[in-house]
Amino acid sequence: MTTNILALLPIMIPIFAGIIMLFMGKRPVMHRVVSGISGLLMILAAIWIVAHVFQNGTMVTYIGDWMAPFGINVVIDMASALLLLTTSIITFAVVVYSFQSIGIERERYYYYVMVMFMIAGVNGAFSTGDIFNMFVFFEVFLLASYVLITLGGTKIQLQEGFKYLLVNMISSNFFVLGVAYLYSVTGSLNMADIYLKLEDYDGSLVIMTIIAVVFMFVFATKAGVFPLFFWLPGSYYAPPMPVIALFGALLTKVGIYAIARTYSLFFIDNQAFTHQALLLLALLTIILGSVGAMAYTDMKKVIIYNILIAVGIILVGFSLMDEVGTIGAMYYLIHDMIIKAALFMLVGFIIYRTGKADSERLGGLIRKHPVTGWMFLVAGFALAGVPPLSGFYGKFFIVQSAFDNDHYIAGIIVLVSSLAVLVSVVRIFMNVFWREEMDFSTLKPIKSDKLLFSSIGLVIVSVTFGLAADFLYPFFEMAASSFHDPASYASYLTEVE
Amino acid sequence: MELITIIISGILIGSSVYLMLSKSLIRIIIGTALLSHGVHLMLLTMGELKRGNVPVLDPEVSNYTDPLPQAMILTAIVIAFALTAFILVLALRMYKEIGTDNVEEMKGVPHDD
Amino acid sequence: MKSTLKKAGYNKVQKQVHDVFLQFTAKVVFFIIILFAFKLFFAGHYTPGGGFVGGLLAAAAIILLLIAFDQKTVEKVIPIDFRLLIAVGLAFAAVLPTLSFFFGTPFFTHQHTYVNVPVFGEVALHSAVIFDIGVFLTVAGSALLMIKLIAEEDA
Repeated sequence: MTTNILALLPIMIPIFAGIIMLFMGKRPVMHRVVSGISGLLMILAAIWIVAHVFQNGTMVTYIGDWMAPFGINVVIDMASALLLLTTSIITFAVVVYSFQSIGIERERYYYYVMVMFMIAGVNGAFSTGDIFNMFVFFEVFLLASYVLITLGGTKIQLQEGFKYLLVNMISSNFFVLGVAYLYSVTGSLNMADIYLKLEDYDGSLVIMTIIAVVFMFVFATKAGVFPLFFWLPGSYYAPPMPVIALFGALLTKVGIYAIARTYSLFFIDNQAFTHQALLLLALLTIILGSVGAMAYTDMKKVIIYNILIAVGIILVGFSLMDEVGTIGAMYYLIHDMIIKAALFMLVGFIIYRTGKADSERLGGLIRKHPVTGWMFLVAGFALAGVPPLSGFYGKFFIVQSAFDNDHYIAGIIVLVSSLAVLVSVVRIFMNVFWREEMDFSTLKPIKSDKLLFSSIGLVIVSVTFGLAADFLYPFFEMAASSFHDPASYASYLTEVE
Repeated sequence: MELITIIISGILIGSSVYLMLSKSLIRIIIGTALLSHGVHLMLLTMGELKRGNVPVLDPEVSNYTDPLPQAMILTAIVIAFALTAFILVLALRMYKEIGTDNVEEMKGVPHDD
Repeated sequence: MKSTLKKAGYNKVQKQVHDVFLQFTAKVVFFIIILFAFKLFFAGHYTPGGGFVGGLLAAAAIILLLIAFDQKTVEKVIPIDFRLLIAVGLAFAAVLPTLSFFFGTPFFTHQHTYVNVPVFGEVALHSAVIFDIGVFLTVAGSALLMIKLIAEEDA
């Protein structure tokens, strides 16, 4: 009874909030209130879900009362629950951040409605247990993201938004194609059921490898993995800061989650090819992201290329597919979602305050904004993985797992990439906050309380997460188990029988 | 029968690739629509085509068509419809704002000054 | 610089012609299409049809009026804000599945019963029809909103 309601709350709360806001019409202040309240409610629901999953194991609800392999069901294991919690926290922070930064015109044109529908799609993609349903939720959040990226209609938003739309449309069509192939092989859409059917699969490996490559293409495009990242730096540059924070923190991570799910559940027969290819692509992504992050002085670009590095590191963990590697990947996934949103918000604050995105043209801001400066440094260290902070644990486990599996080059690349991250972030810090002072009279007078409130709040969440990492270890161990031991994910089907 | 539909979907996807590689916005949009049609046809084929049977599981019906691909296609068509609607409005906005529908002229990032 | 749209004469869209034949036929055909849309809508669930097709057809009927007459007339005849239509439709589609919580059943579980109506005989009464009304309204609303936006850009 509680599972039935609880499992759907993260999807239904934002949808209802969106509908209520649609009924209100163009009243920005009311929209703020509703979206803020629904953000808080989502956090509460997600905490409850995490506690429930921790006590009772994987949470399953059968939509429409159809039995498991036939109907659609919502399956929330620990990994999904943690991702739902992180998504809710980031949503709340971004909504509060938007109050003062997105601009009243965009707010009037249903900005918060679109944010809420996007969150509903993201939460749905995290919690569904059905591969076609996952496609539907992908489309839900992509449609909302198309609106968000073009909302406001400036020239750059339109031209970059069109490219973003086109790339994602093509990859979505391939998603349908991949689902079609998979359905013709297994005759099922339920992910756990597909796993059980493929476990004693004795057909041709070629077709499974082709399906693996199709899925790789689809999710790599959404996540921005090496050959298919080309749209990401351009498209993420265009929209206003809160939207970038949402996209950078959530959308690429949904792609990674989908890769991890499908590669742990479906493509287990030919790991020598599929997972090695994934590892190779992940490493190339790290290298390319490092080059990009060090090459630019534009703050937005540097952080955007840092997304690519993080994507690569998480995928290294998931491609190794042993216990330590997946625990590290889960740690790093959660850490990166929080810290990327925080960094984008801090950079956004600097850009709003100074009106310039190029860090070379700024300087000496530490005198005006000491708190922001030190918070930025802390966030940068966390991103690079300096020990007591949250990025360290993920990287530590991933590197350990890489060395355990004799992938020495992979481990070294992950370690060296931390240096690249550190250099790129500290250079922004030195340029913006240190050096000789810029002309302070050009600063824009903005109200900064809510901008700083949410960004510093997220940094504090990240630091707490780092300090409490030991205490949270059982949660992450449980979350990782459904990736390296997919039978535990599928157990809800076997236990019924 | 399957072979024919697979070839048709190949033709559809091939022509959509040709259209999407052109420079005009409208051609690209028609290309995406064609791509989704090709993919949906493929999806239908994957459920094994049987003519003259109903997609219903009933104790009295012994020979039935798989209803799941049809349900999936319906969903996918609805999504493709929404996307096409959105992209058409977007293309019109772009034509008004940028003043061209040639994608070659839509590049470059403005710098802050 | 020559764009296809310009080549196709997009800039030179003529003002709407006052076409008597089209207007008269549209008045008649409008009702036929609307009735057919409702027929398809009620045929849904057990036979081909349903909210999506019905909604599209209803939108098509109104778009026919838009083509035959101009936008002002249509707005006078059908004084509905399409955004509100979408909101109402979404509310229908989201509230009904949630109601099943109060019956202690999972999300989206539907109830059905058979009722004897004097003229029609035995009629199946489904809770899913309320969800379908929501789909109908949302689809019709969004199709019309899109056409309206394009038409407004034009003017």
